[in-house]
Amino acid sequence: MSAIENGSRRRFLTGGIIAAGALVLGVRYYHKLSSGDKLPHDTNADHATLHPSVYLGIDPDGTVWIVASRSEMGTTSRTTLPLIVADELDADWKRVKIEQALGGSRYGDQNTDGSHSIRSFYDAMREAGATARFMLIQAAAQQWGVPAAECETDLHVVVHRSTKRRAGYGELATAAARLPIPKREELKLKPKSAWRYVGKGQVSYDLEALVTGKAIYGMDARVDGMVYASVEHPPVLGGKVKSYDDKEALKVAGVRQTVPIDPFQQAPAFQPLGGIAVIADNTWAAFQGRKKLNVSWDNGPNETYNSEAYKSELRATSHNPCKVVRNIGDADAVFAKGGKIYEADYYVPLLAHASMEPMVALAEFKGGKATLWAPTQNPQAVQDIVAKELGISKEDVICHVTLLGGGFGRKSKPDYVAEAAVLSKKVGRPVKVVWTREDDIKFDYYNAVASMYMRAALGANGKPTAWLQRSVFPPIPSIFDVNAVYGDPSHLQQGWTDVPYDLPNLRIENGPAKAHVRIGWLRSVANIYHAFGIQCFTDELAHAAGRDPLEYLLDLIGNPRAIDFKGVEYPNYGASMEAYPWETGRLRRVTEMVAGKSGWGKRKHGKGTGVGIAAHRSFLSYVATVVEVEVNDQGEVRIPRVDTVLDAGLVVNPEATRAQFEGAAVFGTSIVRSGEITATNGVIDQSNFQDYPVARIGEAPYQTNVYIVDSDAPPAGVGEPGVPPFVAALCNAIFAATGKRVRDLPITKLGLS
Amino acid sequence: MIQLNVNGVEQSFGGEPEMPLLWYLRDVLGLTGSKFGCGIGLCGACTVHVNGQATRSCVTATRDAAGKEVTTIEGLEKSGLHPVQKAWMEINVPQCGYCQVGQIMQAAALLNGKKKPTDREIDEAMAGNICRCGTYQRIRAAIKAAAGEMT
Ligand code: FES
Ligand code: FES
Repeated sequence: MSAIENGSRRRFLTGGIIAAGALVLGVRYYHKLSSGDKLPHDTNADHATLHPSVYLGIDPDGTVWIVASRSEMGTTSRTTLPLIVADELDADWKRVKIEQALGGSRYGDQNTDGSHSIRSFYDAMREAGATARFMLIQAAAQQWGVPAAECETDLHVVVHRSTKRRAGYGELATAAARLPIPKREELKLKPKSAWRYVGKGQVSYDLEALVTGKAIYGMDARVDGMVYASVEHPPVLGGKVKSYDDKEALKVAGVRQTVPIDPFQQAPAFQPLGGIAVIADNTWAAFQGRKKLNVSWDNGPNETYNSEAYKSELRATSHNPCKVVRNIGDADAVFAKGGKIYEADYYVPLLAHASMEPMVALAEFKGGKATLWAPTQNPQAVQDIVAKELGISKEDVICHVTLLGGGFGRKSKPDYVAEAAVLSKKVGRPVKVVWTREDDIKFDYYNAVASMYMRAALGANGKPTAWLQRSVFPPIPSIFDVNAVYGDPSHLQQGWTDVPYDLPNLRIENGPAKAHVRIGWLRSVANIYHAFGIQCFTDELAHAAGRDPLEYLLDLIGNPRAIDFKGVEYPNYGASMEAYPWETGRLRRVTEMVAGKSGWGKRKHGKGTGVGIAAHRSFLSYVATVVEVEVNDQGEVRIPRVDTVLDAGLVVNPEATRAQFEGAAVFGTSIVRSGEITATNGVIDQSNFQDYPVARIGEAPYQTNVYIVDSDAPPAGVGEPGVPPFVAALCNAIFAATGKRVRDLPITKLGLS
Repeated sequence: MIQLNVNGVEQSFGGEPEMPLLWYLRDVLGLTGSKFGCGIGLCGACTVHVNGQATRSCVTATRDAAGKEVTTIEGLEKSGLHPVQKAWMEINVPQCGYCQVGQIMQAAALLNGKKKPTDREIDEAMAGNICRCGTYQRIRAAIKAAAGEMT
């Protein structure tokens, strides 16, 4: 039996997915298997003796199986979610075995994106653990003939308080399995004081496998009889093969055949891009064969896309009135009065994900069923697209989720997995599609290029009496609907609609932009450019007013209050405003704390050095960051120190959270130093790490100090929120060090040398 | 036929001699610990030791490893963990982990030649190894911890 309830309270939205109609169900399955009953996508947990939840099973030897239903791409969610189950169960972590779930709707949402794994599944994980603990206690009480209320649990055992009798979980599993599954209301969750793991954290369950090379990523998946494929995609989005000649390709040793793949229909969504695949006995032969292909293309309408001209178009759009997203007072009336007006344009180019593991997937189509092994953030989307491409039912798509060699949002989009499935069907064998780094850079779903126009009328003390901000960027929904040109609420909310300043006249606008490449989510998404525009403009105004940037920022944030979004479309990352209000007091607090931790205003900064500050809320977490930079005479930027304070509510795994914020600083460094994708005649100019460099060890911050606010607020995101304030704070620090204002990213355009 | 020694085992390869060592190791021998990240020597994910030297296997033709000793992560330590791997666990370096095999092979080679590398020496030796997850500060700390262990 399974009980499903509409968990709209926990509803989340990730961008254009709303268009696809994803309402996340809070799922509470109690699926009992009778012996011999075999689910198509079963786990050891499903077959365990005691199996009160899809996420959990306990065997008579005391082994606790916990199912990780979300993908592991480096954020430790595969460890941290099971840790919540284990804590509530009072299980010994050493006796826990984690299993990766296959794609399947019975697990609820599996799209590991949007920094909400903990937030959305915290309750479900606790309930799974508490349910099993309840049943084990009942079983022990019955055996001993004592009231259950006199029993409690200790590490992996049930204890009768007065007689000190003890029974291990393994011994009790069989008896507990005969008991009815308790209702949610009957469950007693552990008090915070009794938590073993939550709030203390744990290293990755896979740590040893990761350092010994035993961990299996998508790149490492192998099955008998598989062949390898490399695909020549249309160089321009929406292009088609006119004709091709594979004579030379077929002469390459190890190449077996070439296979055309159809171009996508209408909007690209997650369909394969199309092109010509070279099938070979090994990866190298496939790559070599592909170089010998001769393809002529019909490029289609995106051939006219040039980044320089496009930038001017965005900017021009942003200089004229656009669609109003939120308005307070009458900014125009104030601007019309004249006086001191300050304005600035900010620009962030397209950005690529460049996860260390390029796109790769292994597919086997056999007997009307497709089996996939893929490093995917979104196995249910794999099921959907593969079913559609192959004309089979979703239930016949079995998606194994390997470890991901990074994801950052790219691997939420399973075009590469669909490609493998299509090829396996055509070739009649298991096919592993391996993208080169060049394919990865050239055929990404890029973070949107964005232009932002900022304007303020300055009153006494340089404080704005009116504030206008306009952003223009091609929106993510354009991958589903080519005519989508305006920012959608779920991306405008990302640091734009919710500028947290307490100002009498405030207008927030958004203008249209047509996409010519695939646009997609990248770690922090629209928050990157929005926080950059707002937090750097704030810093500019502080300097213009001759005021301390910290003090000025706090002045603009104003007094602690909950921002009122009445009449404004503000999805709040899918969370309710009651559970997750927008509290400016929390933003203030992290800002004040980071000032203290970094010694703001107390430390001396010599020539060529400086510090910058920024504060931002994203994915329901409040973060403030101070970055210190040194710029030498050659214009080389070093980042000796970063301090960041975060308030993410309850933090389940502080160790993993610190790592995420350290990583976010490096990710942000890459954006500021060198992140730029451009197109000429619709073709992406960059190809590999020589022209899309990412931060290396000597370029990354030397030391990032992460401070976590102790909070009882419900859990919020930690994978993404570190990036946006870091980017802005670094740019503000560069100004402090050099007097040069960063308005266009990356800083290669700044002429620091 | 190319004869070479991989992790202490003699191998002979009759395939394409130009095939990069990386693909020979991964696709032919099934040693998938070494990773593909860029294919042109820019990221270090494919780093192995050839006669003890850290080498980018994606740009080393298998022919050029003829008669040599190749060590991959699978053969870094005969039994148990290498001090660098231990330090990596202690400092909890990996995030996604994909780059870490290459980082560990590079760091192990560094510490073979330099007992107590300075920050600058670490940054120079590790400059060819990208970690997109951004674990650099822990990599540096782990190398120092391993250096302490190895002396
Ligand atoms: S894969 Fe060899 S250096 Fe990148
Ligand atoms: S740990 Fe993910 S790339 Fe280094």
